[in-house]
Amino acid sequence: MPNLTRRDWILGSLAASAWPAIAAAQQHAHQAVASGSATALEHFDASTARDVAAIATRIIPSDDGPGAMDAGAVYFIDRALMTFAADQRALYAHGLTELRARREKLLPGSASFADLTVGQQMSLLRSIETTDFFAVVREHTVLAWLGSPEYGGNRGGVGWKYIGFDDRGFFTPPFGFYDAS
Amino acid sequence: MTAVAFKTSETVDFVVIGSGAAGGVMAKELAVAGFSVVVLEQGPYLTAKDFTHDEIKFAVHNALTNDPAHQPVTYRQHEGEVAKPFKAIEYGRQVGGGTVHFTGNYWRFHESDFHERSLHGTIAGTSFADWPIRYADLEPYYTKAEEELGVSGLAGANPFDAPRSKPYPLPPMPVKSSGVLFERATTKLGLHPYPAPVAILSQPYRGRAACVNCGMCELFGCEMGAKSSTLVSVIPIAEKTGRCEIRPNSYVRKIETDARGRVTGAIYFDAQRQEVLQRARVVVLCANGVESAKLLLLSKSQHFPHGLANSSGLVGKNLMWDSGSESSGLFEQPLNEFKGIQVTRLIQDYYAADPRRGFYGGGAIDARFDFYPAGFALSGLPDDIPKWGLEYKKAVGQYFTRTMTLLSHTTSLPLEKNNVSLDPTMKDAWGLPAARITFDMHPDDIATMRWLVAREREILEAAGATKVWSAPIEPIEPNMMPSRHLMGTCRMGTDPRKSVVDPFGHAHDVPNLFIVDGSNFVTSARQQPTATIQALAYRAAEHIVRKARAGELG
Repeated sequence: MPNLTRRDWILGSLAASAWPAIAAAQQHAHQAVASGSATALEHFDASTARDVAAIATRIIPSDDGPGAMDAGAVYFIDRALMTFAADQRALYAHGLTELRARREKLLPGSASFADLTVGQQMSLLRSIETTDFFAVVREHTVLAWLGSPEYGGNRGGVGWKYIGFDDRGFFTPPFGFYDAS
Repeated sequence: MTAVAFKTSETVDFVVIGSGAAGGVMAKELAVAGFSVVVLEQGPYLTAKDFTHDEIKFAVHNALTNDPAHQPVTYRQHEGEVAKPFKAIEYGRQVGGGTVHFTGNYWRFHESDFHERSLHGTIAGTSFADWPIRYADLEPYYTKAEEELGVSGLAGANPFDAPRSKPYPLPPMPVKSSGVLFERATTKLGLHPYPAPVAILSQPYRGRAACVNCGMCELFGCEMGAKSSTLVSVIPIAEKTGRCEIRPNSYVRKIETDARGRVTGAIYFDAQRQEVLQRARVVVLCANGVESAKLLLLSKSQHFPHGLANSSGLVGKNLMWDSGSESSGLFEQPLNEFKGIQVTRLIQDYYAADPRRGFYGGGAIDARFDFYPAGFALSGLPDDIPKWGLEYKKAVGQYFTRTMTLLSHTTSLPLEKNNVSLDPTMKDAWGLPAARITFDMHPDDIATMRWLVAREREILEAAGATKVWSAPIEPIEPNMMPSRHLMGTCRMGTDPRKSVVDPFGHAHDVPNLFIVDGSNFVTSARQQPTATIQALAYRAAEHIVRKARAGELG
C-alpha cells in the first residue's frame, strides 16, 4: 500500500461510482481554508483595535515566524465579539478600561498600549495575566492563530504551517517518524 | 430523507426516544421486523455536508453535543450542596447521537465484567453488584453489532479478550507513531499491546467508503461516512423499510400513561416548541444514561408519583462516570499524530481488578492523540511551559507534532448517592427542569486512576519520551472532565426492588415500556460502553419483537 499514490489509494479503496461523492465531501470539509481575509472592523474602533492587536502580538509574537498579527487575530476577535463571543463584549470593555487605568498609573503620559515598548507591554500584561480578561484574550488569540480560517484568523493557514499541522484531510501511512521506521 | 411520515393522531407500534447507539439499532430492528416506528430525537438530522473540519465549531464549541446555553446541567459534589451550572455530562445531540462524534473505540466487555461482585465481594457504601446476564448471553449480539455497524480490529490479538464467535468484519486500521512507540514500550515491559478495535472502516464496507485518515474523529462527524455511527449504518436501513420515521428536533418532555399504568405515547416539543403527542402501543426509551432517567422523573403521574418505572426509587441513581487518567510524552522526532484515527494500540493487562493493589478497580491504557491544533495549544502542554509569549509559541511548535498521550479508562463504582435528579430551580429553554448531577468519586476509583498514572508514566519512559507529564486527578473539582459515558441510572436486574428494568430492558413497573441504553449498566467495566450498549440493544430488540409478535405487549 505505501507504494501507491494517495489518489490511487483512495480510488482503490472505493467503488468507482462512489468517488465523485467522496471527492465532494472532502472538498467541502476543506473549503474553510480558502476563505477568510476580511479587513473591516465591526466591533472595535481603530484605536481599540490597535491595542487588542498589540496584546495579541505579545501573546503570539512574530519574532521567529508568523504569529497573531500575521494570522489576523484582531479581525478574528472583532468578528468573534460580533458572533459566538458576543456575550464577552463587556468583559473586553471592562478589561481594556482596567488596562488603560493601569497604564496611565504606571506610565503617566503614555499614549496607548500599542505605543508602549515591548518590555513595557510585557510587564503590563504580566500584571493582569491571572484575570478573566487576559484568559479570554489569550484563548481568542490562540483560536485566531490556529483555528479554522473561515473565522477570519489563521490567514493562509500561517498558524498551522508554523506548528506543522497539515489540513489536507486525507493521509496515507506512514504518518510520522516512528511508524515509518 | 425520511421515507415515511406518520400522523400524530395515528397510534404507531413503537415510539423510540433517542436515535443514538441504542435508539438507532432499536429503530432498525423493529422496523425491519415489520413494525411501525417513530423515532423522536432531540437534535437535528445532519448529513455529510454538515461535517466539516472546523475545530472551533466542533471541538471548541462542541457543536455535536448538548448545549448548556439551551439545556443547562447543574452539578454538585455532595447532596445538600446547591448545584451550580456546569456541563458535567455531555452527550451527542443529533440523529445518531453520540455515535456521530465519538472516537470510535469499540471494546467488548470481559467475561468478568458481568460478575465482579461475585469475584471480589461487597464494597462498603456502594451498590456493586453482578449483572443479571453473562458474557455468553451477549456474545452473539456483540458479533451482530460489529457486523452490522462495521468494526475494524484483529481477533485473538488481545490475550485478555473474552471468546468470540467470529473475527472482526474488517482488518485493523493502520498503526500510527503513537501505536508503534506504545507497542515497543509495552512489549519491553512484558505487556500485551494489540490493535485497537474501532467502529471505523479500514476498508469499504456495505456501500460505505473507507476511512482516509483525516484525523478528525473525536468530537467531529465523519464526512466520509467511514465512522460507523448509527446515522450512516442502521438508520438508513430502518428508513428504507418505509415503516420508520426519524423525527428530529423533537424533545420529549413526558411519557404519557393511562389510568391503568400503561404507556400511551410521548409528548414532545417540536421544532417550533409546540407540544405534540405521539401515540404508540409501546415506548422504548433510548435517550442515554442521563436523559432517560431525567425523562422518567419528569413523567410523574397519579399512578407513578415518584416518576415513571420508579417503584424501586432507583431511577437516576448509581450514575457512573467516564473515569480515566492521562499522561503525555514528548518525543524527539515528529509523530504527526494529527494524521489518522485517534487510537491505534492499547493494552488490557491491568484491566482485571487485583486485590493485591489494595483497592478495587482496573483499567485499559490506550495510546492516542485527541487534540486538534488550537485545543492542543490551549490545554495540551505541560504546566511548566509559559502560557503566552515567544517561549510558549515555540513550545506549541515543538510539541504539537511530537506529543502522544496515554489515556487510562478506569472503573467507576456505582453509588446511590451519585445520581441524576431534577434541578429544583434551574430550567432549560423549554421550561423543563435541568438535569442535576450529584457525583463524587469513590476512593477506590481515585486510587485506580492514581495507580494507572504511574503505569502510564512507566510506559512513556520505556518508549523513550524526553519529557513526561500527567493531568491532575485531584481535587475532583476543578479537574473533573465532563462525563461522556453515561451509565447506571436505570440498572437491570431480576429483583424489582433493586433494579429498574429486567435483563431485556423491560421496565419492571410498566408492561409496555422498555429502557435500553447505558442506563442499564450495573457496573462500568472499563469505559468504552458503546459496543455493550449496542449489543444490549440488539438483544433487547429481539426480545421485544418476539413479545410483540406474540401479542404480549398489547
